[in-house]
Amino acid sequence: MRKMLAAVSRVLSGVAQKPASRVLVASRNFANDATFEIKKCDLHRLEEGPPVTTVLTREDGLRYYRMMQTVRRMELKADQLYKQKIIRGFCHLCDGQEACCVGLEAGINPTDHLITAYRAHGFTFTRGLSVREILAELTGRRGGCAKGKGGSMHMYAKNFYGGNGIVGAQGQIFEAYNMAALWKLPCVFICENNRYGMGTSVERAAASTDYYKRGDFIPGLRVDGMDILCVREATRFAAAYCRSGKGPILMELQTYRYHGHSMSDPGVSYRTREEIQEVRSKSDPIMLLKDRMVNSNLASVEELKEIDVEVRKEIEDAAQFATADPEPPLEELGYHIYSSDPPFEVRGANQWIKFKSIS
Amino acid sequence: MAAVSGLMRRPLEQVSGLLRRRFHRTASAALQVTVREAINQGMDEELERDEKVFLLGEEVAQYDGAYKVSRGLWKKYGDKRIIDTPISEMGFAGIAVGAAMAGLRPICEFMTFNFSMQAIDQVINSAAKTYYMSGGHQPVPIVFRGPNGASAGVAAQHSQCFAAWYGHCPGLKVVSPWNSEDAKGLIKSAIRDDNPVVVLENELMYGVPFEFPSEAQSKDFLIPIGKAKIERQGTHITVVAHSRPVGHCLEAATVLSKEGIECEVINMRSIRPMDIETIEASVMKTNHLITVEGGWPQFGVGAEVCARIMEGPAFNFLDAPAVRVTGADVPMPYAKILEDNSIPQVKDIIFAIKKTLNI
Repeated sequence: MRKMLAAVSRVLSGVAQKPASRVLVASRNFANDATFEIKKCDLHRLEEGPPVTTVLTREDGLRYYRMMQTVRRMELKADQLYKQKIIRGFCHLCDGQEACCVGLEAGINPTDHLITAYRAHGFTFTRGLSVREILAELTGRRGGCAKGKGGSMHMYAKNFYGGNGIVGAQGQIFEAYNMAALWKLPCVFICENNRYGMGTSVERAAASTDYYKRGDFIPGLRVDGMDILCVREATRFAAAYCRSGKGPILMELQTYRYHGHSMSDPGVSYRTREEIQEVRSKSDPIMLLKDRMVNSNLASVEELKEIDVEVRKEIEDAAQFATADPEPPLEELGYHIYSSDPPFEVRGANQWIKFKSIS
Repeated sequence: MAAVSGLMRRPLEQVSGLLRRRFHRTASAALQVTVREAINQGMDEELERDEKVFLLGEEVAQYDGAYKVSRGLWKKYGDKRIIDTPISEMGFAGIAVGAAMAGLRPICEFMTFNFSMQAIDQVINSAAKTYYMSGGHQPVPIVFRGPNGASAGVAAQHSQCFAAWYGHCPGLKVVSPWNSEDAKGLIKSAIRDDNPVVVLENELMYGVPFEFPSEAQSKDFLIPIGKAKIERQGTHITVVAHSRPVGHCLEAATVLSKEGIECEVINMRSIRPMDIETIEASVMKTNHLITVEGGWPQFGVGAEVCARIMEGPAFNFLDAPAVRVTGADVPMPYAKILEDNSIPQVKDIIFAIKKTLNI
């Protein structure tokens, strides 16, 4: 019976009668939800941590799967476009780290505020921008989320403050820790520990690699960043902690990036291909979620494959747009220097070249 | 024989490679050296010459340098002389200044000068002003070097030119090499100088090869800080530039030469101290002046040149107001069409020259 249903659903999806095939597949008696055990987080200055089991609904699971797959495919498309020189400059990809951005978003509200560094495409998507707007920004076109003015590292959305190019500043983070703790600010500090700072491993750069403890007086969690459910639960825990008025908290997400630091870093001079391959085969976040869902009958392999096909199409369409959309008009070179100001003149390369600036 | 000796009297740069091969058997066939190789050579020679010299910065050792400028140095000199730092500009710049005060001769690399803003207090307050504040007691023999200014598609936070900012400060020396000869001679002089020297390199120039005159191949080849070079003699107009725009000015000069306009192109080489005398002498000959720089117009290098010309003897020789060609007065946009129009192009230089000459 199952085989027949699977065959029928394949035929139907081939004819692109999606509603019908979904109805057929749904009637296949999937579980509505399933309970999973997740890794216990290491705790710093906390009596108890996030729960070690969590319930995943079929609906959530499918949504997380689609989102992670979208981020994955979007980043791989960006890789391709960069190699074709359609994307220029810096391009820092987050494939491998999808559980971090998707899991984080699953644990917070859209009204919460998020800021990050340059490896930001995943967060830009989970914070609500479309793949189209993101890819078009990467290709520097007028349909980009920053109108082509910002590029890879400077994407913003509602309650998402970028995308920032200048990082490091270890001293600054301790200043932030101090003030957040002093004033009990509801702030979750997150370290996506992908083991390397550009080409330098954490062991060569950090006197202590227990980043979750480095908030000192700020409590911290170390989380399995390759498991989206672990990230979600830890985020819910951390967010609840802050919202209760207890002050800031720190989360270290142990994760991994498949690409090098950026597109100009092959990523194999400071780590082995074997290491990358091992993470891919044992800890890939999308694979982990997929296995869980299939094994607990939350979804079928075919269904997830269908999502893959839809995602691929979405990315392809977005890439088409991002390649075909025109560049921003030259007249707008001077726009948006100041906010809420009357228009003024902007000097170009010499005193006779003038651009108009409007807010 | 007479013909040959006639050729020999021309400046070395204009002697053909073939002639050189005949008369300088020890030189490798008309040596072409990239700017990157020249800086590498300069640092290598100074590291060898004086054991107090050392290099520190992000990725300078095991990665061979983010832009491969320090390739091979860690292998040759080891951990004690070539030091990988964590991503902490304020921290490691402070460590470098302290080392200089204690008697070592550090070369502190900023991956780009945009990141030097994280450490600018160390550069200005700890390094530049100290000899003065201490009444001549405490010198700070440090070199801050790295790529400066626009690259290609790296957007607003990674494209700023710091020539004007650092050139503003008494106590600092600031140099801006254009070609390979400049790069090697200036880095060596900077390292041997007992004062804090900022060396503003250019990422887009790193891979550009130039013919290396034989004197530049010597281990004691130095270019004095504070002296400009006339790259091209001319009679109609003085064109003053630093760094990559020097090449654009030479291109413009070649184009204009066909129209009978002969430009005198001056490569500033030093921003502070500025060789205004060379510029003045030139203006007194040509009666016209334009300045060209990559940085923003307001309070820029060109503005200083113009102000000083007004204050000196050359003012009375000007037949037209001096003109500045600069970057556009906007944060660097990402989209290619906007970026191209935000930096001085050859056409902008030609336009400015003709306007000044009233052609």
